[in-house]
Amino acid sequence: MNTLIFSIFNGVLYGLLLFMLSSGLTLIFSMMGVLNFAHASFFMIGAFCAYTISKYVSFWPALVFAPIAVGVLGALVERYGLRAVHKSGHVAELLFTFGLYYVFSEVVQMIWGKVPVSYEIPKSLNFVLFTWLGLEYSAYRVFMVLAALAVMGALYLLIAKTRVGLIIQAALTHPHMVGHLGHNVPRVFMMTFGFGCGLAGLAGVLGGPILGTEPDMAHQLGPIIFVVIVIGGLGSLGGAVIAALGIGILTNMAISYDISFQPFFALLGLSAESEGIGKDLIAVTSGSIATILPYLLLVLMLIFRPRGLFGNRDV
Amino acid sequence: MIKLFKISGVWIAAVIVMLFLPIIFSSGYAHSMLGLMGVMVIFSLAYNMMLGQGGMLSFGHAVYLGLAGYFTIHFLQMMEAGTIGYFPISLLPLFGGLVGLFFGILIGFVSTRRAGTIFAMISLGFVEMMTVMAFLLISFFNGEEGIQGDRMLGPEPFGITYGPAIQVYYLIGVWTLIAMLAMYFITKTPFGRMSNAVRDNPERAQFVGYNTQRVRWMAFSLSSFFAGLAGALFALHFEHIGYESAGAWLSGEVLFATYIGGVSTFLGPIVGGILFIFLKSTLSELSNVWHLYLGGIFLLTVVYAPTGLAGLVLMHEPIWKVDFKLLRRMVLPYLGALVAILIATAGIVGYIELINFVSDEYSTGTAINFLGINVEAHSIMSWVVFAILTIIGFGLCKVIFPVVSRNWNDILETAKERLLQ
Repeated sequence: MNTLIFSIFNGVLYGLLLFMLSSGLTLIFSMMGVLNFAHASFFMIGAFCAYTISKYVSFWPALVFAPIAVGVLGALVERYGLRAVHKSGHVAELLFTFGLYYVFSEVVQMIWGKVPVSYEIPKSLNFVLFTWLGLEYSAYRVFMVLAALAVMGALYLLIAKTRVGLIIQAALTHPHMVGHLGHNVPRVFMMTFGFGCGLAGLAGVLGGPILGTEPDMAHQLGPIIFVVIVIGGLGSLGGAVIAALGIGILTNMAISYDISFQPFFALLGLSAESEGIGKDLIAVTSGSIATILPYLLLVLMLIFRPRGLFGNRDV
Repeated sequence: MIKLFKISGVWIAAVIVMLFLPIIFSSGYAHSMLGLMGVMVIFSLAYNMMLGQGGMLSFGHAVYLGLAGYFTIHFLQMMEAGTIGYFPISLLPLFGGLVGLFFGILIGFVSTRRAGTIFAMISLGFVEMMTVMAFLLISFFNGEEGIQGDRMLGPEPFGITYGPAIQVYYLIGVWTLIAMLAMYFITKTPFGRMSNAVRDNPERAQFVGYNTQRVRWMAFSLSSFFAGLAGALFALHFEHIGYESAGAWLSGEVLFATYIGGVSTFLGPIVGGILFIFLKSTLSELSNVWHLYLGGIFLLTVVYAPTGLAGLVLMHEPIWKVDFKLLRRMVLPYLGALVAILIATAGIVGYIELINFVSDEYSTGTAINFLGINVEAHSIMSWVVFAILTIIGFGLCKVIFPVVSRNWNDILETAKERLLQ
């Protein structure tokens, strides 16, 4: 029971981080058709900026300024890079962001070094908030969950209740019509791109101390957020929430329960005494394949429901 | 008839170049590099069967190269242990190709259900799975270390032992030619044309009665076959294969090579593969942030030259067909642009090297070596000089590029007029 609750809590935490990343990605994707390969790089840059700011000032200004800096960087990338490639089609845009991902990870290594930096939980939040069923819940983790929920709520209000959200929603489906109505569609694109990158940056600021701030973090998280938006259904924020939480909880449970597949392989006639591949297969547990569970889900989803959970169109 | 003669002339030239290259560059290191170039040419061409000809962008094509490499090494090991009979080493690439084909058919069935960006994401998923597998199934992949085999096995027909690098080079050379010819003819078959059609307009291809998914699947499988062939040669070349050769890294490299060379022509990936290996070996000697330069070159190609290097050269084809002399008017502007670009590049590269030097805690001394000149890193002068270089370079670009494009439009107009007369 304890393990269950704890792994759900951690899963929700991880899932909310994934959602913060994938919400920006799916907004950008459904509006501009651009799959931002470098999205996780913005997440990484957010974490590193926050590290530097909190080293010289403190955590709280980092929480505000690092996402803004990342958002501005994203907007600049859209304005001076992506916009020029737009005419060459979506594959060219994807290639551009792929190159960007590569360059960003090199630049980060150049500035902050190749080894993890010690971006730690701020002192003001580094204590045990409460103990429940014998397990300790740190204040920082609870803060993260609250912050992520606040972002989620704000995002919902922004898109569903405000005029800006109305324009964004319209630009998602009918960009030309929105342009004809007199809105500056390229500017809407730039703002959305910057906003999405800023969200990724915020996720980096919050997630950096827990996931570890290192130059490889973009590579570790990048492919998973693609899986999230495909499983959730492209362009569906609700789908992204469910897929992100689902994947978060699933991978955390797989690790904390560490189920062995021995009985299953026993049916195939394998035992602990098997040689070669059989011996490796027997040793496989759910924990050791936790990192590829999202991809397995992706493959299953593509076979049985290619448009994703809540997708309403084939792309 | 003349056309046939022209085409076969190009191929004969290729054979001659391939025969004499190792004699001109005769060191063992050069032979090894030339062999690697051949492998990369096959791999890039195979990759371009999907990217350029089929419109499928994959981030994980090294999986097929890597798997074929692993199977090839296991084949060698089993042959050495005597569990299987002798099979000529020279024909092992065919076996590698079949391994690639098998996995291409298997994985392609799932991944080619979708095209475009979704296909790209699925390919990324498979490459991640592959990397994790390499660490789970230790007895087959042997985790981080990878596996190695011995290519000097069995009888030695005509004294070929595959001991010296030059013999392996010729093996790779012959297979490169065969693979190039085969892939060239595939582009000319109805299937090759259909692959183009599915890339350009899938709805229309469907209306004509083709199953677009099946065409993509076929292109994917064939491409995997050639990737597997390259994989077997790769494994024979190094006598070793590791998880990094089946992972995201090599997959990214082949994308870079193919795209920088040019995806719209058959020549592009060949140029790209050769150039990539050359750049990789020279840049990595010169700088430890060469990946940054590689990424920069790739970004510039995507933004400014989406047809790649081969595309840039072939852009001039219609003009030299009309009158070669017209191109003379481009010589000066091109030279000017080249100088401007070089100056700007020198400035930027200098800055990158300085920043890298200052921020890297492992750097020794106080100066960087820039084109043979010692540049003091902690003196303000060096930073100023590079800043001036960058500004001058960009300023010159601003002045010269309009001239280039004006001259280009002029000769294009002239060529059109001559053609109409």
